[in-house]
Amino acid sequence: MPKGTLGRKLGMTQIFTENGNVVPVTVIEAGPVRVVQKKTVETDGYEAVQLGLGEKLKNVNKPERGHFAKAQVVPARKLAEFRIEDSDFMQALNVGDELKVDAVFATGEYVDVTAVSKGKGFAGPIKRHGFGRGPQTHGSMYHRRVGSLGATDPARVFKGRRMAGRMGGERCTIQGLRVVKVDGERNLLIVQGSVPGPKGCFVTVKATVKHKA
Amino acid sequence: MDLVRQLETEQLRTDIPDFGPGDHVRVHVKVIEGERERIQIFEGTVIKRSGGGINENFTVRKVSQGIGVERTFLINSPKLAKVEVVRRGKVRRARLYYLRDRIGKATRIKEKR
Repeated sequence: MPKGTLGRKLGMTQIFTENGNVVPVTVIEAGPVRVVQKKTVETDGYEAVQLGLGEKLKNVNKPERGHFAKAQVVPARKLAEFRIEDSDFMQALNVGDELKVDAVFATGEYVDVTAVSKGKGFAGPIKRHGFGRGPQTHGSMYHRRVGSLGATDPARVFKGRRMAGRMGGERCTIQGLRVVKVDGERNLLIVQGSVPGPKGCFVTVKATVKHKA
Repeated sequence: MDLVRQLETEQLRTDIPDFGPGDHVRVHVKVIEGERERIQIFEGTVIKRSGGGINENFTVRKVSQGIGVERTFLINSPKLAKVEVVRRGKVRRARLYYLRDRIGKATRIKEKR
């Protein structure tokens, strides 16, 4: 697993590049994060770094308090693990370290962003699967309903038939977003394009698995 | 302040003069041709201003060789070298779309004094 960090989505805006073009961007407040735990093969069976974002001041329960006290860091709002594998960057981190964005990513790199998408509730097949709709006029009363569920011969509906149901609110990753700007002072990571989830949601940013530039 | 808003404010330009619909302006646009960069001038009447913040833009209309040409610019774009206000126009609406249906003498706009 490549290097990565945690953050909160702040919202979208646009930015002018040096040659005057406008780029749509998402602003992520990425950190500062603290290393809370380091897992090793001997103790846990695999190697990983646990990062914590934000400060949790209220409702910290006893097991949590103990966990953070061990690392001598303030309790974090959000914890996430990153597998070390062959990443030297993640390997070099030590428990208690504070990590800022500019130490992790630089302008021009490509990242994958993971977050929980906005929940759409119970959505019909048109919104959920992009089905077509019926005519709105000319006496039609078949506006936004599901069409055929299949042939009559098997006398049943096959599994996996796309229908209406809960949409959104799922973990979702957008791959290959370009880092437009990194602001180390304010811990801002600015990526080109959109990122799943509402404003203020927690996001995980990792160096991309594809797009080896 | 909201960090996204703050980021936008940083990019706003302060060197562009104040102008509005009806004004006659000369817009100096930076054009990149291969390696070289030069300035091109687009002169005409401002027919609208729209948007706000980082997205604020304006449209300039001119008649070139008998053909109406309209060009929209982002006010805060670094592509704009400068904007000169040649003449202030006195108009009674914010969007001067009626100019599109007029030619010659009928497109005249009174000067603001």
